[in-house]
This record gives sequence, structure tokens and C-alpha cells, in this order.
Amino acid sequence: MTLFDLRLQELHNQLNKKELSVTDLVGEAFAKIKEHDERVGAYLTLNEEGARAEAARLDNKLGSDEAKGLLFGLPVGIKDNMVTEGLRTTCASQFLSNYNPIYDATVVTKLKQAEAVTIGKLNMDEFAMGGSNENSSFHPVRNPWDLSRVPGGSSGGSAAAVAAGEAYFTLGSDTGGSIRQPASYCGVVGLKPTYGLVSRYGLVAFASSLDQIGPITKNVEDAAYVLQAIAGHDAKDSTSTNVDIPDYVSALSGDISGLKIAVPKEYLDGVDPQVKASILEALRVLEGLGAEWEEVSLPHTEYAVAAYYLLASSEASSNLSRFDGVRYGVRAEQGGNLLDLYLDSRSQGFGPEVKRRIMLGTYALSSGYYDAYYLKAQKVRTLIKQDFDQTFEKYDVIIGPTAPTTAFQLGSQVDDPLTMYLNDILTIPVSLAGVPALSVPCGFAEGMPVGLQIIGKAFDESTILRVAHAYEAHTDHHKQRPSL
Amino acid sequence: MSIQTTDVEHVARLARLKLSDEEREMFTGQLNAILQYAEKLNELDTENVEPTTHVLPLSNVMREDQVHESLTQEQVFRNAPDEEDGQFKVPAILE
Repeated sequence: MTLFDLRLQELHNQLNKKELSVTDLVGEAFAKIKEHDERVGAYLTLNEEGARAEAARLDNKLGSDEAKGLLFGLPVGIKDNMVTEGLRTTCASQFLSNYNPIYDATVVTKLKQAEAVTIGKLNMDEFAMGGSNENSSFHPVRNPWDLSRVPGGSSGGSAAAVAAGEAYFTLGSDTGGSIRQPASYCGVVGLKPTYGLVSRYGLVAFASSLDQIGPITKNVEDAAYVLQAIAGHDAKDSTSTNVDIPDYVSALSGDISGLKIAVPKEYLDGVDPQVKASILEALRVLEGLGAEWEEVSLPHTEYAVAAYYLLASSEASSNLSRFDGVRYGVRAEQGGNLLDLYLDSRSQGFGPEVKRRIMLGTYALSSGYYDAYYLKAQKVRTLIKQDFDQTFEKYDVIIGPTAPTTAFQLGSQVDDPLTMYLNDILTIPVSLAGVPALSVPCGFAEGMPVGLQIIGKAFDESTILRVAHAYEAHTDHHKQRPSL
Repeated sequence: MSIQTTDVEHVARLARLKLSDEEREMFTGQLNAILQYAEKLNELDTENVEPTTHVLPLSNVMREDQVHESLTQEQVFRNAPDEEDGQFKVPAILE
């Protein structure tokens, strides 16, 4: 039992009674990092001095009547693609290995307003491209449940840090599954909000029509608190939506009687038998709580991965053109002209997966191929979105596995990008449709965690949180911890 | 359609990437495999389907034209690889 096994409310109660200090919490995070992170590899940059100073400042508020933030005193790790003023932000790329941001991402500003304490910046696949965290240009992250396995990606550091107790909670980003899939592999809760709910200002762009920031936590209630703190319209992100933000925590009523669940047959066909068994068992638990489920079809599921890789890579090839070695980042040593400066800086600064996606995207957008690839993929995106729209006319949520398997061995898929891409087959359609989804632990297969994916209607995070919370209250999978 | 190493070289030039011989070979094989997989999309008739560029019904988000504080020159150049007299410095473009 560690402090981080307590829920947010329990920690806050103890802080208010002065049985615990923020310094204790921050101390615990750094103690765990020193104990485990050489093996896990979740962090790229630590903010120890800053975090301890902030803890001391917050401790002075304890016992006073001063208002305290929603996430008061909680040690948070931030994926290294969200900019943090004065704290190195690399996107796990050599290109940005020296980058010292001059402003905070909006989510970082909101975490500061909520009085969370930033512990450090978390490892990831370079520029969020990958599903195993093996594409970090610094070092891979290892799964705390089995150090020979991947933690998933691209928010692998964010999920592994929570599982290993190296942060109380973390932020990840999800473009095609990058919060949910690592949360599933590491046995923690990961929520991808509706596209537009959380500001992307200061999130280094990968695929702008898909990227979303969300929380990774040990339990569903904490995810609701963190979402409360980071959701909302931001004038600095024109795609952030002006919707009323509900009280997510009060939505956790425990009551799901009469809930209508759709289970797509495409999400159960071909998945690992033990994963499938865990999902069916979870559906029995939900049935026991008064929900009803039916098998449905989302017929365009099998086209999602192909459409996604064309669209995301096209957007990435455009977004990553800003990394030219002129205004920031690592400029290659060279003696040539301006074109050589671009070529050398980019070729030396980017790793193989980033180059591969830039190449694919540039090809898909190039003259003569735009209609065949990019426009075609956008049209297929419409069909995939319609699958979801039609299903949500009759059902409240869609449920299936988060990933077709549990975490795989490091190195087992690095030579085969296409196989690696297919690990995201159950998270990608959701991203293309822009709707919210979360992964909650629902069992183990040969000692490795399995994740249940609960998908909701656009801007209906309250319902998926309520369902996950009710499920969690009747199971103890989320209470299991890896022995490191 | 399959792509050749010459296509890969052309795309690399468009993307401002310089590839080694080894990378050129590797990407030719891998991009062919990925594009061959993408051919799957042609099984679907999308003749009368509108493309989705974005899931939100947004267009031309405007703000008031008001003057705000902006970054200082010191901030703007903090990460510059090379600068001179308040400008980003790059190699000469014209000989």
C-alpha cells in the first residue's frame, strides 16, 4: 500500500487534517522514480527542484481557509509533447532535445490553476507516432507488469508512470489510441475525451483533426476530477468547443439500470481468446447491474486502420514541416546552403517511424495521388463516423476490448510497421469518429492487464465515466499493482 | 500501383528529407506494403459520400481584432540556433 493507492478524496481528507503534507506526496513520487525508473524508463525530464518548492508553497496553505484547487497537491507527470514553460519539452525526438518552451500549454496552465504539482515530463513514441514506445529517440519504456514487454504507446511513459506509482496521475494524448491502448496494457484508467473538449493549445501537433489530451489515472473517479480540471473552451484553440462542462464527479451515481450497450461483433472477432473472455465477463457484471447488451455491427471497422494511416500521416507531414532548424530545435552542423540546412537538420533530427509517416503523408498528398488516397480516406472516415452515429441512435454506449491482445514483447514487431499499426484497430475507429472513450482494467491474461473500452456519444463523457465507475465498484482489477 | 525507389527519392525531396541508400530501400518496401494495404479502401463505393475533414461543424472561427501582449524578442529568440540583430540567421540563399 502506498499513498498513491488512495483516492483523490482520501488524499485531500488527509491533507486537510494535516495527517499528510504535499511534501510527503511529492517525496513519494520521487522516491518511486528513484526506485523504479531506471528499469521502467517513464520519465525524460524531472522537475524535482520546482516540484519540491511548489510542494512547500502549497503546504503553507494547509490548515488555512484559503481556497484550494481541485487537484491540490497531487503529483502529476505530463507527456513530453505538451509544452511547459522553462521545462524541457522534447516529444522524445532528437530534433527537440534542446527545446525550452517559452509558454505553457493550456492544459498545463489549468493543472497549475488546479494546484497539481508537475513532477516531470514523460517518455513517448517520437512525436506520438507509435504504439509501443519503442520509437522514443532516448530510450524505450518498459511495462511495469513485465519489464520484457512494451507499455503500449504513444503515451507509454504516462501509463507506465501511473502503474509504477511514479506519479499520482498523468496526462497523455490520443490520436489513434495513444491514451487508451497504453492504459489497457499497463492496467490503468485512460480517457480520450471528445475531439474539441480539451484545448490542444501547446500540444505539439501530430494530426490536428484527431489529437486530444486526456487523463491517465488509477481509478475512474480520479479521471473524472482530472477531466473536470482540464476540459473547456479555449480561445487559443479554434477547434475547442464552447459547450457547457457538466459536473463529471456527480455523474458517478453507480446506477446503470436500463443502460443500453452495443457490442460490435467486429470488436470481438479475431481478438485474443483470453481478452474476449475478459470482455464477456465484464458484460455479465454490467448485466448484473441492470444494463442490457446486444451484438451490433459497425461494418466499416475493417477500413479504419487504412483510412487512419493515410489521414494521420498526411496531417503529420504538413504539421512537421515546421521543424526546419531555423527558429528552434537542433540545427545540423553543416556548411551548405539553406536547402542543405533543412535536409540535414530534418534527416538527423527525426527517427525512422517519423520519417516513414512523413514520407507516407507527403506521397498521399502529392500531385496525382491526392484523390486516390487522401480524399478517399476522408470519405471512408464519413462512413466510419456514420457507423457510430447510427449505433448511438439506439444505444447509450458501445463496449468492446481496448486492444486485440495484451502487451507484447519489446522488439517483436519493430520490423513490421503494418502489424504494429493493426494493434490500434479497436481504438482508431473511435478517433476517426471523434467520440469519447475510456479504457478501464477488466482482468488479466497470463498476468498481463486487459482493458475494457467504453465508447460514448460526442460530449457525453458523463455516461462513459458513470458506466466505468459502476463496473469498477463491483470488481477489483483496478486495485491490482505490479510488483517491481 | 507500386512505388519505385525513384518515387521514394522524389517524395523525400518534397518532404525535405535526405535518405541513405539503406533507408531508401527500406522505405520503398514498407511504403509499398502500407499502400497495398490501403488499396482495401477501394472495395468501398464512395461515389456519393462527402469527405470528413473534421468531426466538428466548424468554419472560420473569428475573434475580436484586439491588441494583446505578445512575446518579447528575448523569448522569441530563446531557442534560436543562430540569430543576429533580432533576426533568425540562416546560410545565404543567393550566392
